[in-house]
Amino acid sequence: MTTIWVNAAGLAAMMMIVWWFWLWKPRNAVDTKDGVIDIRVANGTYTPALIDSPAGKPLTLRVLREDASPCAEYLIIEGLGISETLPINRLYTVKLPALAAGEYRFHCQMNMYQGILRVH
Amino acid sequence: MSTLFRFSIPTMKCGGCARKIRAALEPLAGVHDIAIDISGRVVELRIDGGDSTPVMAALAQAGYPAETVSADTALEAEPDHCSIDDPPQQIESGGDGMRLAITGATCASCVRTIETALSSVPGVERASMNLADHSAHVLGAASPQDLVAAVEAVGYGASVVEDDNSLEEERERAEQQLYRRLIRDTWLALGLGAPLMAWMVFGGSMMVHAGGASQLVWLLIGMLTLAVLVFAGGRFFVGAWKAAVHHNANMDTLIAIGTGTAWVYSMVSVLAPSLLPEQARHVYFEASAMIIGFINLGLALELRARGRASQAIKRLLGLRATTARRVADDGSEADIDIAQVTTGMRLRVRPGEKIAVDGVVESGSTLVDESMLTGEPVPVSKQAGDAVSAGTINQQGSLVYRATRVGKDTVLAQIIALVKKAQGSRPPIGRLADRVSAVFVPVVMLVAIGAALVWFNIGPEPRASYAMVALTTVLIIACPCALGLATPMSVMVGVGKAAESGILIRQGEALQTASELTTIILDKTGTITEGKPSVTKVFGYAGWSEDDVLALAAALENASEHPLAFAVMEAARERGLNAAMVSDFVAENGKGVQARYHDNLVRIGNLRWLRDEGVDADAGSADARSITDQAGTPLYLALDKALIGVIGVRDQIKPDAHAAVARMHARGLKVVMITGDVRGTAEAIGREAGIDEVIAEVLPADKASHVRALRDRGERVAMVGDGINDAPALAEADVGFAIGTGTDVAIESAGITLMRGSLHGVVDAIAVSSATVRNIRQNLVGAFLYNVLGIPVAAGLLYPLTGLMFSPVIAGLAMSLSSVTVVSNANRLRLFRANPDGEAV
Repeated sequence: MTTIWVNAAGLAAMMMIVWWFWLWKPRNAVDTKDGVIDIRVANGTYTPALIDSPAGKPLTLRVLREDASPCAEYLIIEGLGISETLPINRLYTVKLPALAAGEYRFHCQMNMYQGILRVH
Repeated sequence: MSTLFRFSIPTMKCGGCARKIRAALEPLAGVHDIAIDISGRVVELRIDGGDSTPVMAALAQAGYPAETVSADTALEAEPDHCSIDDPPQQIESGGDGMRLAITGATCASCVRTIETALSSVPGVERASMNLADHSAHVLGAASPQDLVAAVEAVGYGASVVEDDNSLEEERERAEQQLYRRLIRDTWLALGLGAPLMAWMVFGGSMMVHAGGASQLVWLLIGMLTLAVLVFAGGRFFVGAWKAAVHHNANMDTLIAIGTGTAWVYSMVSVLAPSLLPEQARHVYFEASAMIIGFINLGLALELRARGRASQAIKRLLGLRATTARRVADDGSEADIDIAQVTTGMRLRVRPGEKIAVDGVVESGSTLVDESMLTGEPVPVSKQAGDAVSAGTINQQGSLVYRATRVGKDTVLAQIIALVKKAQGSRPPIGRLADRVSAVFVPVVMLVAIGAALVWFNIGPEPRASYAMVALTTVLIIACPCALGLATPMSVMVGVGKAAESGILIRQGEALQTASELTTIILDKTGTITEGKPSVTKVFGYAGWSEDDVLALAAALENASEHPLAFAVMEAARERGLNAAMVSDFVAENGKGVQARYHDNLVRIGNLRWLRDEGVDADAGSADARSITDQAGTPLYLALDKALIGVIGVRDQIKPDAHAAVARMHARGLKVVMITGDVRGTAEAIGREAGIDEVIAEVLPADKASHVRALRDRGERVAMVGDGINDAPALAEADVGFAIGTGTDVAIESAGITLMRGSLHGVVDAIAVSSATVRNIRQNLVGAFLYNVLGIPVAAGLLYPLTGLMFSPVIAGLAMSLSSVTVVSNANRLRLFRANPDGEAV
């Protein structure tokens, strides 16, 4: 009986991992208001990590890095050629031009911090 | 309509305060767009309806009483619209705008006045002042001088605070704090883990005997281990939780689950041993503590190694002067802060001092060491009219110069910005690692659970213990950091290393492509040659004397800006000749010039053009050949249809060009020269420099098509030129090298910019690029192999064959060392020398 329970728990955990990290579709994105969004970099995560923005409008990211770990030092936005060094505990502004619709992943140098900018 | 409020919170000092403030404000209805500026101790937010009372109350309740600095219902200015196709460099970014140090402000009214003054400056998007530290933050595109003037106009003092140094100091301070904390946590964790480990190694039992005294002792040790997990490893658990909430998984996830599982299993053994078979009542407290200790140690070592990797930027930042000596109109002199220097100001630099800003020498002469920017070790002579650059060192005499570029416009500031940006860029070679590391952690979690289930189902007794060990060991040994660090660390060191020698690599892609080149195309003038031609011979025909020919040629060339024209005019001046009077000057690009001389049409230019115009140039053929045989360029001078003179002009080949071309050959590169010059001259220069192929008589506009033709033949092509006249050809090449003499080169014009004129810079850039890409490969192969081999071994794959199974503690040690190894290997690049027999890179 124990064997069955352990196996069931293991398989359930595996399914949970697949669903939670890959199959889950994010719903609660943060909308950019006035073309400005604040992003906090702390504890291994960007907050918010999912941002919705309208296409064809410039966007300003104001990034506050609170994590002194070097992992958090760079903000890289794929597809835009952006690689910025973030100061610690200071608001850092990244101005993006009007973007085409699509998903733009942003992450740290080691891909541990991850986020998505959805433009539509 | 919402109102933008700005609150000053003097008690806000750190990220922790910011978090508490945010937590207090976020739940409030109608409050949004919260922005916290810790350095300015300012909070900005929008409040629907404009009532700030609930916000003030919430802040006071959280322990951060606030003072309203401003409230603004006006909509924020929209940034300039950029098209979708705008290149990345148009993306603006920066630390929190510009920072001004304000003097004379004493109250909230002063704050309002200063903010209004700053906001009225064209280009300012937003201005806010913090009375607590007497600083103002300005966002927008206004010039520093205008901002300072605006503040001074309303009766206060202001100076621009150059932020890079303070940011760097702050980063160093924060990293130093982090390092100390990591070392403290290491000792804390190893302080418990090491004695437990020793107990186990020297034969002590790690089993729990139900009802015995050992159960109580293990319970106590379990509590101590929990304390270690909380105090020395708490951030891994917090990070793992936060990431999980965001549907992300990272290194923290692996560490937290690995050490947490070991602790929970051990506590089950201690508190409810009856749930486990007797042989499986094992404790793994030593593993939890040791893993936390090793990982903290690894992070501390990595932090130190990273600090060494970013030394190039520190060195560049250190080149900046903090003060300048201003020379007033009445001749008096005074030291002023660098932030107060504006363009047009006259400054003095004394022997041994740094030049504060870019400028033009007005009086004095000296030798200036520019090696820190250009890599050129020989000091450069400077006198009136010459340009000087910020950060270079005046070696001898005293100079007075006029500032032409200050602050972020100086060449040094541009180099710093470019190097910083390039250090964070990623060459294509790292993309596979990026893709893998993005999904790495969940995959490892699946592998770990799968391995544990296999052990539990078909493993030997005690199955539960083996399953737990396999799970923990797989989670702990897997190292996404090594994969993630493999490319960026090498790029950081490689780009920094190149910058130290005056080689500016703009992006990771240029770095990688430079290591894959097969053909180098060199422009002739200014690249292989000095770019300073001089007249070597003059021949006259049809009764014209040498001096008459030179005087008429000088008159024709007077309005031309071609380098050859300067040579002719200089020769005429040296001979004391007066230029003849000509009119109706017309320049034919790539051919020559023509004008009216009395009632005749006179032309000076190349042979093909004159022949096309019906000039019989046979009389000068033998003399022209003698000029081209000696790598000179013949200029033909015609009066109507008659040849009246030939002038030989020679541009000296750079003294080290042949040696540099030989180094290119030694790297297996084919070297091509491209020039608009006549074939005979081009081939003579090509022979002298050791060039493989000469493409001559090419019009400037056609250079790009020749580059394209070579690429179409399958070659990986680099084009080396001055970055201004050759811009289309540079853009067409796989990698463009802009080569300049001194600091007058157009930095942004090519993928790689060489700050010194020597062609050795091209080979050095290729060598450092190749070494960097090789280093990246080593790191990537090492990181992939480590994980590809380590994870199966940790899962117990070798156990059936050898009876060997990794301990989680060994996995923790291996994991912590793997990323340190990657960073240390990248740091080896700092010792790299591109030209061991010559100048170092």
